[in-house]
Amino acid sequence: MQIPAPFDYVRASSVDNALELLQRHGTESRVIAGGHSLLPMMKLRLARPEWLIDINDLYELDFILRDGDTLRIGAMTRHTTLLESDEIAGIFPIVRDAESVIADPIVRNRGTIGGSLCQADPAEDLSTVCDVLGAEAVIRGPAGERILTMADFHRGPYETAVGQDELLCELRFPLRPRSSSAYEKVERRVGDWAVGAAGAAITLAADGTISDAAVGLTALGLDGTLAEAADVLRGRHPAEELFVEAGRLAAAACDPVDDQRGPVDYKRHLADELTRRVLRLACTRAAKTQEG
Amino acid sequence: MKVSMTVNGNDVTNEIEPRVLLVHYIREVLGLTGTHWGCDTSNCGTCVVLMDGQPVKSCTVLAAMAAGHDIRTVEGLASGGSLDPVQQGFMEEHGLQCGFCTSGMMLTARALLDKNPHPDATEIRQAISGQICRCTGYATIVRSVQWAAAHPAGTGVDDAPAADEVLDGTDTPVPDFATEIVDTEVKA
Ligand SMILES: Cc1cc2nc3c(=O)[nH]c(=O)nc-3n(C[C@H](O)[C@H](O)[C@H](O)COP(=O)(O)OP(=O)(O)OC[C@H]3O[C@@H](n4cnc5c(N)ncnc54)[C@H](O)[C@@H]3O)c2cc1C
Ligand code: FES
Ligand code: FES
Repeated sequence: MQIPAPFDYVRASSVDNALELLQRHGTESRVIAGGHSLLPMMKLRLARPEWLIDINDLYELDFILRDGDTLRIGAMTRHTTLLESDEIAGIFPIVRDAESVIADPIVRNRGTIGGSLCQADPAEDLSTVCDVLGAEAVIRGPAGERILTMADFHRGPYETAVGQDELLCELRFPLRPRSSSAYEKVERRVGDWAVGAAGAAITLAADGTISDAAVGLTALGLDGTLAEAADVLRGRHPAEELFVEAGRLAAAACDPVDDQRGPVDYKRHLADELTRRVLRLACTRAAKTQEG
Repeated sequence: MKVSMTVNGNDVTNEIEPRVLLVHYIREVLGLTGTHWGCDTSNCGTCVVLMDGQPVKSCTVLAAMAAGHDIRTVEGLASGGSLDPVQQGFMEEHGLQCGFCTSGMMLTARALLDKNPHPDATEIRQAISGQICRCTGYATIVRSVQWAAAHPAGTGVDDAPAADEVLDGTDTPVPDFATEIVDTEVKA
């Protein structure tokens, strides 16, 4: 039977209260959101907090809000809510692409976007989604609020810029006209973490050329987005040879590890093939927004 | 710590350690052993219960986190003396063999039908995709849920037997196929 080591439990009633509790209980305290990464780690003693601060009552962090040219998503928004949101699917189809292959429907009922980003597992699908969409993370702590780009947010596997006494409160996504996105993942079986996955976001100029592009990979050993691919795509009309070139660059730039999910050469092949596919799909989708 | 929640419509309050998982609280503290416990790793789904109407894996929820919420287990499916159409469907369509996955499957099916009363086979398969059945190959589970969708409670179609008739072992009717098997064995 897997049971976590003993700890004390307290429920936060608001963001301010959660911050106060994190300060009061110090370095051995940790917030719990959906608990679908933290509890498994606690069962295995990979995490051993002395205090768990439950933030599930912070309904103020469970929102999807269009605010001018920004889409704001609260950190406590569950995977299921993100998957089912037609508004998000319309603006950022990459979110539904990714959410439909994150874990399984029951895990998705609990897991949150904030927990996913803070867990920062290299196979976390939403990290790539946030990278390619150019999201910003809104973090609150004793010193107030700070807003970080994804490049500053990520610190490496299982590590982010969120301090022990801080809370990730929301993600902000810039809304751009004539833009679209896509995600594709290869998994060993339904509900599993990625063997490899790729995400892309594309913005077209009025003349139909690519004005901006971002490509990211999941579980394949690439930090952030692939600048070389964006350089190849920018200023050109979407075309198969560009996607092929971007795929080649992705395969060369990534640094996958050999593990039970597959050998390195296979994973490089995935980086190549999946990059082409998501670029193709994102460009087709972006062109449709232009027609409409 | 003290936790209070509603389980199958009853208010319960207990003194527990914060580290007690909801599945163990339900099985060991409340004695409701219809909720099963398998992989411990949020993979098999045999521990699924409904929390505020949504299926959750109770091995990955602390009982403390469920406090104040509404929990429904397989024991709470039958109501007013009648089986839930999902339970009836699993009987009609042989949705189980060993029964280990069944309580979780039925609760997910209930939640699915509450949200989408007429799911197609793909939607049913997706809904149960976080749950493993090692016996049926899933085909009969899908048919069971379809049966339930076609016979919603209160329509009076194929009146379900009273719950106590079925759940109380003494009155359980022995299905024909079972007698046939027994007979064959005796003859052999
Ligand atoms: C069987 C299974 C399969 C899965 N498959 C996938 C998959 O294919 N792809 C995928 O991307 N994920 C997968 N996951 C992970 C899932 O998405 C988790 O829900 C997610 O990683 C963590 O979200 P959570 O809300 O449960 O976080 P928790 O487990 O509650 O927390 C995770 C970490 O983040 C911290 N944290 C949480 N919220 C905040 C906040 N607002 N501010 C600061 N710190 C915070 C916690 O302290 C903890 O350290 C899977 C999980 C399981 C159990
Ligand atoms: S025991 Fe909970 S998912 Fe297997
Ligand atoms: S009936 Fe045996 S595991 Fe499903």
